[in-house]
Amino acid sequence: MSNEPEYDEITDTYTTGHEWDGVKELDTPMPRWWLWTLYATIIWAVGYWIAMPAWPLVNDYTKGVLGYSQRDVVAAQLNEAKEARKIYSEKLLSADLETIKNDQDLLEFSMASGKAVFGDNCAGCHGSGASGAKGYPNLNDDDWLWGGSLDEIHETITVGIRGVHDDTRISDMPAFLTDEFLDEGQIKDVAAYVTSLSDTSVAAPSGSFEIYQENCAACHSEDATGNKDFGAPNLADSIWLFGDDQQSLISTISYSRKGVMPSWAGRLDPATIKALAVYIHTLGGGE
Amino acid sequence: MAKKPQDFESPQQTTKPIVPHADVERATVDAVNKSEYRSLYAAQKKIHPKRAKGTFRTIKWWVMIVTLGIYYLSPWIRWDRGPEIPDQAILVDITNSRFYFFFIEIWPQEVYYITGLLILAAIALFLVTSTAGRIWCGYTCPQTVWVDLFLVVERFVEGERNARIKLDNAPWSWSKLAKRTTKHIIWLVISVLTGGAWVFYMNDAPTLMAELIAFDAPLTTYFWIALLTFTTYILGGFAREQVCTYMCPWPRIQGVMMDNDTLSVMYKEDRGEPRAPHKKGDSWEDRGDCVQCRQCVVVCPMGIDIRDGLQLECIQCSLCIDACDEVMEKIGRPKGLIAYDSLANFDRRANNEPEKIQIIRPRTLFYTLLIIIVGGGIFYGLMNRADLEVNILRDRNPLFVQLSSGDIRNGYTIKILNKSHDIRRFSLSISGLPHYKMNVVGIQETTAEGLPVIEVGRDRLRSVKIYLTVPREDLTSDSINFTITAKDLGSDSISENITSFKGPKT
Repeated sequence: MSNEPEYDEITDTYTTGHEWDGVKELDTPMPRWWLWTLYATIIWAVGYWIAMPAWPLVNDYTKGVLGYSQRDVVAAQLNEAKEARKIYSEKLLSADLETIKNDQDLLEFSMASGKAVFGDNCAGCHGSGASGAKGYPNLNDDDWLWGGSLDEIHETITVGIRGVHDDTRISDMPAFLTDEFLDEGQIKDVAAYVTSLSDTSVAAPSGSFEIYQENCAACHSEDATGNKDFGAPNLADSIWLFGDDQQSLISTISYSRKGVMPSWAGRLDPATIKALAVYIHTLGGGE
Repeated sequence: MAKKPQDFESPQQTTKPIVPHADVERATVDAVNKSEYRSLYAAQKKIHPKRAKGTFRTIKWWVMIVTLGIYYLSPWIRWDRGPEIPDQAILVDITNSRFYFFFIEIWPQEVYYITGLLILAAIALFLVTSTAGRIWCGYTCPQTVWVDLFLVVERFVEGERNARIKLDNAPWSWSKLAKRTTKHIIWLVISVLTGGAWVFYMNDAPTLMAELIAFDAPLTTYFWIALLTFTTYILGGFAREQVCTYMCPWPRIQGVMMDNDTLSVMYKEDRGEPRAPHKKGDSWEDRGDCVQCRQCVVVCPMGIDIRDGLQLECIQCSLCIDACDEVMEKIGRPKGLIAYDSLANFDRRANNEPEKIQIIRPRTLFYTLLIIIVGGGIFYGLMNRADLEVNILRDRNPLFVQLSSGDIRNGYTIKILNKSHDIRRFSLSISGLPHYKMNVVGIQETTAEGLPVIEVGRDRLRSVKIYLTVPREDLTSDSINFTITAKDLGSDSISENITSFKGPKT
């Protein structure tokens, strides 16, 4: 509703002529300084364009004379964080793994930083919860190919498995079918035999025990509990890296498996590898 | 400026000679919004309040001393909380995310106490406002207190109202320059001290003081001091009454808390009118007690006339009461022409009824009740604040782990919050889980019964990882609820927490 402005005696002011449900709006002048603050913000804005990154150009943007960049700020903050962590990194470097595990501060630091490093570097294969996948070991359980002590985990991370490191862990299971050590029938029998060790519903065929002892026991040991010196898996437990069905087992025996883990020496600094080893050890399966 | 109606309806004659064009009808009229008639912007009119003398001025001096004293000194009060804990009575410890207030200590997740305190403050403000009007604005608002302080300086350097007006109108001279410079320097010193006091609430005051003097304090500290110096200087020295009239929302809100019985600083027009100057010895018959001396206007820090009635600009500082009472005493009339009064009393006097101050009303009772409820709630909460909190977070990735033996293992993160100022030791025990094995990462110490013992530092949170392993054959269901009990070995108090053990579908 807009009417003619009216004079209001009490305030000695005219109304704007606007009226809502009988409430009229006085045309009270704004304070002058209000206008100044508006001008001040305009001047501030112009100054801001000059000082700070502001206008988009075709391929670039105006950088501003102060040279401020959020990217630089983040980089500086990351460096600061690194500096702040330095006391821990240095302690980690000089302490042996057992000491780290028994020191509350170092343990908490390793668990936290190890988790972050694991997420960045290891989770791609082992999964973010370290539960692995077919062909990629679960690091939470107590079944270790190359050993689950702190030192063994540390060594595995450092040199890798079948990697390019000079001291890399290496083992070679024969492909029993292609290399013509066993025929298909024998392979099927021995597969049934190793399954029977952990699964009571499967019966070991006659003669399979002898096949196992002649061909497999050298590496996987006579009682099939494996040998961590060769990275030979325990065949008597119920954990199967490449699947627990007969077909997967037959395939493994026939054609062999050769999982590869990169060596992390040189990619991660020694303190980080230590923290990572402690973190993995605390996932529950550490020996 | 807006003009009176007569100006509006019959604008000024134009002084231009009329160009002769006989066939064109001419009118002498101007546009209503012609610039001479109105301005979109009003300039601030400088107010030079005269210092009042009397009861309310004295009260205001004391309020000023107490409030400024609290502000400047309270960060320096010490409060012993034991080793490793700050000993500052009032401290907002942002780095360690703690808030200390004498015997109260609040962790970030307990911020609802502060919310409650703010709600309590708001309701208390409502109660005071509905009882006696703008007490907050007139006496205790920082804006009022600091403007009052700045006025003390202004009066000290430049003299009383008339001298100040004269100085304002005088051309620039060395003496004017000296006075102005002195005034602004003192204002700036007060402003720096104001900003300086603020940062002590966020840091250990003596330590920060040493750092500040050595120019060794963090940059943010100097930033806060600079910011509050700037706002104090601008708001206290220049903006003054503009803050109350234009910036502050509170004057507009509080109208709804007031009613006819609310006490306000009011001019009793039934007694004062008709106003007129009065000569000594003249009769007081057929006239009001107001002698048109305008002392109520000259003492007003808002520069208004209380005789115009209740108005937005009036912060109810009561200084006009002092000014008027002084005059009434001189001319031998009863005091209280301007006084704390209610609209209801205006009606009562008009009806020849006795005056009455009605403080107990449904509105004030309601606010009091709310204060008791909210305040009681907060007090109860603080008195019964648990100094131990245990949170159990079950691993979800992986949900469970099957071990080579076929056994199932679950992982848990246990967070123990020790809010007391003593180092405490807790044993962890499990109940409701069959044949479990427990392994706590990094904990070697056990009780005589073999339970793991976790030590948590003063005022600290410690989180530990525990693993529970249960034989496959004992898992009767894919989820078993059980209890983890943390027992304080010092006091034997316990915290029981129910969580679940997950396994494969059976």
